[in-house]
Amino acid sequence: MIRGADIVVKSLIEEHAEFIFGYPGGAIMPVYDALYDYSDRIKHVLTRHEQGAIHAAQGYARVSGKVGVVLATSGPGATNLITGLADAQIDSTPLVCITGQVAAHLLGTDAFQETDVVGLSMPGTKWNIQVRRVEDIAPAIAKAFLIARSGRPGPVLVDITKNAQVEFGEYNYVPCLGVRSYRPYVKIDQDAVKQAAALIDSAKQPYLLFGQGVVLAHAEAELKAFLDKTGIPAACTLLGSGALSEEHPTYVGKLGMHGNYAPNLLTNQCDVLIAVGMRFDDRVTGDLKRYAKQAQVIHLELDPSEINKNVTCAVAIQGDCKDSLADLTAAVKVSSHDEWMARFRELEQQEKEAVVINDLHGTHGGLHMGEVIHLINQYKEDDAILVTDVGQHQMIAWRYFDYKQSRTQVTSGGLGTMGFALPAALGAQLHDYSKQVICVVGDGGIQMTIQELGTIMQTKAPVKVVLLNNNYLGMVRQWQQLFFDKRYSFTELENPDFIKIAEAYKIKASKVTEREDLQAAVAEMLLHDGPYFLEVVVEKEDNVFPMIATGCSVEEVRLS
Amino acid sequence: MNRYTILIYTENFIGILNRITIIFTRRGINIDALTASESRLEGIHKITMEVSVTEQQMVHLAGQIEKIVDVIKAYYFRDDEVVYQEIALYKVPTESLDPGLEKVIRQFNAHIIAAEKEFVVVEFTGHKQDTQALLEILKPFNLLEFSRSGRVAIAKPKFSVQEYLNNQTYNH
Repeated sequence: MIRGADIVVKSLIEEHAEFIFGYPGGAIMPVYDALYDYSDRIKHVLTRHEQGAIHAAQGYARVSGKVGVVLATSGPGATNLITGLADAQIDSTPLVCITGQVAAHLLGTDAFQETDVVGLSMPGTKWNIQVRRVEDIAPAIAKAFLIARSGRPGPVLVDITKNAQVEFGEYNYVPCLGVRSYRPYVKIDQDAVKQAAALIDSAKQPYLLFGQGVVLAHAEAELKAFLDKTGIPAACTLLGSGALSEEHPTYVGKLGMHGNYAPNLLTNQCDVLIAVGMRFDDRVTGDLKRYAKQAQVIHLELDPSEINKNVTCAVAIQGDCKDSLADLTAAVKVSSHDEWMARFRELEQQEKEAVVINDLHGTHGGLHMGEVIHLINQYKEDDAILVTDVGQHQMIAWRYFDYKQSRTQVTSGGLGTMGFALPAALGAQLHDYSKQVICVVGDGGIQMTIQELGTIMQTKAPVKVVLLNNNYLGMVRQWQQLFFDKRYSFTELENPDFIKIAEAYKIKASKVTEREDLQAAVAEMLLHDGPYFLEVVVEKEDNVFPMIATGCSVEEVRLS
Repeated sequence: MNRYTILIYTENFIGILNRITIIFTRRGINIDALTASESRLEGIHKITMEVSVTEQQMVHLAGQIEKIVDVIKAYYFRDDEVVYQEIALYKVPTESLDPGLEKVIRQFNAHIIAAEKEFVVVEFTGHKQDTQALLEILKPFNLLEFSRSGRVAIAKPKFSVQEYLNNQTYNH
């Protein structure tokens, strides 16, 4: 017989959890007490805020492919997880969050730090449960891990009352292998594969869009094999970036509001549109009524509720795209689409001349964000991980970072959570200290979780933080400029001395304001052994183009 | 807009009804009626909902409902594809019981299921328009209280949850 708190920790070890990101408090103290005895087998990372803990776990999960584990106390500790849960839910990130809860006999009495976290987190979790008895702890954790990591991954929350943590019970951990009502995978329908192959073989201008589903299914090799055989142009979503090397001959760029010119424009000219592991998010489609209406759509998707949700498809192949892509590759004929591909390259050149050259090779005026990313590319390792926050810098970094490998892209895609990057970069770095983790963040977002510099200090995680400071909430300001007659309502920031803050956290820091100093500063940062904070003061009123304005069609993508 | 009856088979898990209703709340869709109880299969509950939505909305709703981990299957049917009934209870003052009222009860094939000193309770089963018709008739008899259930429904098309479960065995 062991304490419930020990059962919690031993169960996590059974599930091969390496890290717990958390913050202690009264209702979770027994588990923290138990952790003290297992510190040689499972590492706990003390963040400075529970939101930091869950974003760090997200960063860890996204780069490692494993389940991120979070520990928090009841009440405010648990409610501070809500943003991260919603973020992980929409971006399909596997998490198991364990929260302490007041003792069972106090439930419903408005006891100190009592919150209905199961009720609060229900819309933002794949599954959640409250455990009130010691004997239910291990089965709940086993089920939580199965659900978090299988099928379309997602966050799961297990709320454990304090009495269950201190009571004694038998420990016999049995991994959960299946849940009767939960069928995360299906067999691939071979008739659908044949139909899709026939459509692809007959297509004159086929076009493939891939998303994070490729990464989650570990289907990068299958995607490459399909494209090698068919020669079909392929574009990625924000979260799909890295699943295919940007050097691949049929890679044509990025989709969406601030994606590339050709991939957006030509969406409305293809005859067959193959969507792989992506969900036709509104940031990708623009106006749905005018999205790819001329195309026969083939959708390879694991989650059946995503099929025909936004875009009606001619053929749906439900299932894990590692399987469906392999089957489809076997079924299609070898082909090439040189003329069609040339149209992408032609538009790519137009974008280069109109936007890219100026973004990357500025010669006068303030520094552009793109120049910083361009220099990072020159000094980074091939497997460097880019973690970005949300806003203009996110879109610029995404557009210009040189993705060569899968799982090198971490950002808050679906929810657009400012404050995500700094803790997420920490989590990504903790997974592997030997990799370069570059955290690109704006002056707005960093101040939402800036306290996590303390966690970087304590863990000595060698995160390279690049602050692109334009003294504005830049993306909102861009919209205010374009759509609200330049009425910059509450978007200009009076900022602190970020260098002093970083140095106060004992992190080496430098600031660049002039173009001629940038290259040396980027090189120094990336070669520095340990965490580094580089502030780059950039042009105050730069905009991100191309852009598809809200409500516009993908073919109305504008270059200026 | 069409009227649909949704039959949802779930594990008997705390919070499952909440998880299902959240889907409707988020989309601003009203649930016209709802009943829930154990099904004939051990450990499996059956929730019956009545909603008025477009066909496309219904397809999306079913997909979202089935996505819930503890939901086994959600079937939906148009009105002509289900046999359904609703039960209504009417509380009438005992003093109102006169030959006229008794005649109405007989005509509707309703039943008095409780008779107290102060009141009687009449039970009637039928479609909403039927139970509503009786309600209108009983109002002048100083009706004290009225209660109507949601639908209890059986689908006409053949399906088997057990068979569905037996066929869904594919795991990675």
